[in-house]
Amino acid sequence: MAEPTLDEWKRMYYALVRIRQFEAQVQRLAGAGEIPGFPHLSTGQEAVAVGVCAHLSRDDVLFTSHRGHGHVLAKGSDLERTFAEILGRDSGLCRGRGGSMHLVDSGAGVLGATGVVGGNLALAAGAAWAAQAQGKNTISVVFFGDGTTGAGVFHETLNLSALWRLPLLFVCENNGYAEFTSREEHSNVQHVSSFAVPYAIATKTIDGNDLPTVYAAAHEAIAALRRGAGPYLLECMTYRMAGHYVGDAQPYRSKEELAAIKEKCPIERLKIRLVAEGVTQQELDEIGERARQEVLQGVERARAAARPDPATVLDHVYRSPSLHSIP
Amino acid sequence: MQYTFIEILRRALDEELARDGAVHLLGEDVAAGGAFGVTRGLAQKYGDKRVRNTPISEAAITGLATGAALCGLKPVLELMFIDFATLAMDCLVNQTAKYRYMSGGQVAVPLVVRTQAGAAGGAAAQHSQSLEAWFIHVPGLVVVAPAAPAEAYGLLKSAIRLGDPVLFIEHKRLYTMKETLAEGAPLPEIGKARVARTGTDVTIIAYSAMVQSALEAAAELARVGVSGEVIDLRTLLPLDMTTVATSISKTHRVVIAHEAVLNGGVGAEIAARIGSELFDELDAPVGRVGCPFAPIPFAPGLEQALLPGSGAIVHAVRELLGAPAQARE
Repeated sequence: MAEPTLDEWKRMYYALVRIRQFEAQVQRLAGAGEIPGFPHLSTGQEAVAVGVCAHLSRDDVLFTSHRGHGHVLAKGSDLERTFAEILGRDSGLCRGRGGSMHLVDSGAGVLGATGVVGGNLALAAGAAWAAQAQGKNTISVVFFGDGTTGAGVFHETLNLSALWRLPLLFVCENNGYAEFTSREEHSNVQHVSSFAVPYAIATKTIDGNDLPTVYAAAHEAIAALRRGAGPYLLECMTYRMAGHYVGDAQPYRSKEELAAIKEKCPIERLKIRLVAEGVTQQELDEIGERARQEVLQGVERARAAARPDPATVLDHVYRSPSLHSIP
Repeated sequence: MQYTFIEILRRALDEELARDGAVHLLGEDVAAGGAFGVTRGLAQKYGDKRVRNTPISEAAITGLATGAALCGLKPVLELMFIDFATLAMDCLVNQTAKYRYMSGGQVAVPLVVRTQAGAAGGAAAQHSQSLEAWFIHVPGLVVVAPAAPAEAYGLLKSAIRLGDPVLFIEHKRLYTMKETLAEGAPLPEIGKARVARTGTDVTIIAYSAMVQSALEAAAELARVGVSGEVIDLRTLLPLDMTTVATSISKTHRVVIAHEAVLNGGVGAEIAARIGSELFDELDAPVGRVGCPFAPIPFAPGLEQALLPGSGAIVHAVRELLGAPAQARE
């Protein structure tokens, strides 16, 4: 792997801050009652999104979950249209039909997010199968949390994708929590990578809060996928700095745990590395401020955008025009 | 040429595989012909990559087929029994049906899920159900239930070409039924019912194998001077209320018959629509025929005792006409 240049690291630093700031605005506007529904934040997990998506082309397809804002932005979806969707605007990626938990942007290879845990895995396998059947060299990537390992479809999809040698990258964000309870209360299996072993799926457990580590591991995994080596499961140990959803009071976390959060923050950790390589604190602050301004401007444009016309509420149920008249 | 239901499904799949390279078959044992032999020989002809065996993983293979449909394939997935669709419900209901809508029309799901349903031959409670009513409740799905071989041929080809997700429900009791295929007939439009027999006194609405029972009932009624019109719905979602209305405007009496239990069945929706849209046309209450509210039993005598057939339809028609079954005979 060619080591990224310092400028490339700075761009990835920008991408991390951009996601963090984006979700800070989601949190703010959800709190103010401007965002309907239950947005879920990936605050603290941004290095996984940025480190993996750095290796994807637009033609590679990505599936995510209810906690997917970061993945969608890192894959290349337009920031303003993504935020507009979360606000339920007509200019949103899905014309306001999907929202935070169902982001789809087919032009950017974001084939979507499922709000029911585990549903995205088999869809991603199907996309990988389609690429294989069509003789394409593209891959399919699916992001999911460690809580997904409790779902039967996770195990079914591991078996099927190994059997068919599908070009499918499983990226588990093991953030230590499945909704409101810790992993220990969900499973005796500590590491999600253990589940890959009996299916002979290549796997690695890595520090998912260290961007250079994620970048290198994703490079290795994706290179193997593109060689036709079959599926790969990358388990990224990370930490959900936010609650399960916006507004979660998080009584299940101790004061000590909350105090240690900053040490785990992937942005702080990349900052230390970049400073050690000679980047000044001032330059990092400027990069962060540019990201913040891009987000603020995009958010304001999204807020100003028109809401969907209620008269269009029945559009897009079916593709076939003959089926549009079902009462 | 005469074909059984199974043979004609195979011919339709064969032709669609040949016509469109995006069509792929998958399911448990399909490369070996499938549990009922529908796909026999197709893997040899098109290769085991286009006619592909899967593990016994209904949730994953339904998701796989849906994901592939999002990416340009036109999969035809076989779920061996509709009873097993319970294992795929998250995908069918939350993803397959909703993906186009949730994406604001960016994507489509050109997927056909072939499955078979209904009671026959002691398959018992977990391999005999008629679960179609669950699916007509889900916006985004299309539900097709053919009543005869030639119908199945055209409807399956139309379903594969539709571009929206179709649940294609075959009835196991029809699999051995033989029929001549009219070569070159135009393919039926999904969403349109057909009049399977014309009549003037009463409309009998049915679908799937119950259409055969309705035709038998109409023949029996004709012998006692009652002219029954039989409507084969063909598509349960969407319902073709235009064909229903045309018939009821003529007969002013209607019986709806299906093998599924009455409670919450497809007939309940049709009856409600008739009640609100065609109330003035009715000379009698809407009659309904369906299974009593019990699981399908194993023992042949019990299975027969439960299943509604032509006799139940004749009885229901005579009640509507105000003529108890014995009175006119």
